[in-house]
Amino acid sequence: MNEIPQGYYLLLAGVLFTIGTIGVLTRRNAIIIFMSIELMLNSVNLTLVAFSSFFGDSSGQIFVFFVMAIAAAEAAVGLAIVLALFRLKKTIYVDEANILKY
Amino acid sequence: MDLFEIIFYFFAAIVLVSALVVVLSKNIMYSAFSLLFTFFGVAGLFVLLNADFVGITQIMVYVGGILVLIIFGVMITTKVTGVDIKEGISGKLQYAGAGIITLLTAIFLSLMFINGKWITGSSTDVHATIHQIGTLLMTKYILAFEAAAILLLIAFIGAALIGRRKA
Repeated sequence: MNEIPQGYYLLLAGVLFTIGTIGVLTRRNAIIIFMSIELMLNSVNLTLVAFSSFFGDSSGQIFVFFVMAIAAAEAAVGLAIVLALFRLKKTIYVDEANILKY
Repeated sequence: MDLFEIIFYFFAAIVLVSALVVVLSKNIMYSAFSLLFTFFGVAGLFVLLNADFVGITQIMVYVGGILVLIIFGVMITTKVTGVDIKEGISGKLQYAGAGIITLLTAIFLSLMFINGKWITGSSTDVHATIHQIGTLLMTKYILAFEAAAILLLIAFIGAALIGRRKA
């Protein structure tokens, strides 16, 4: 059946996580930061499914469902916060939301 | 090169290229749409790993739910103009720090994944996973399942409360 080694999936997930890290660290737009966080969550899901499949145990896939539930909750609450921020300050750039700083 | 390898490299290329477009694109709408391809590519890899139900859930939850939410957010807040990336000396400093942190993350993950002595089980033959997942969710993980349900309810009530217009 599956002749792809496990390491290939893990390496792909690592690269995907790194790309998400780049997005979170360099962009200012809050929505793009959300998308990058979703990329990182997806790479972790890929790792979990790879381990679960190669170990022959379905418990890892249960974990993926919980990660997806948390991701859905995070997206809903986060976008609500972005909308509130946009309504209040007319910006969604995270470095301009600094009213508590001084 | 057999069929499995071709499919794997195809989906891996889709995932990596569209993820790079998500992170590096100047147009936020292009980012949102290439996120769609990333999610589909990861779903394809799930199916390739014999996790068919997880793949379908990935398409339904991410593409049908989260991505639609994100595109709504983009369209509501897209009037903002300005440069998305910091300029000047603080921008350069931020780029340098981001580069260092990213490089360290990449090196750490690669070393961990390559050098780890991962245990692989013996039974990797193909079987449908829906029955096992349902049994596990309703027996061993029932408490976490209910907790996730309550958390989702609380999160959605909170999101509606934060996001609504003040009367």
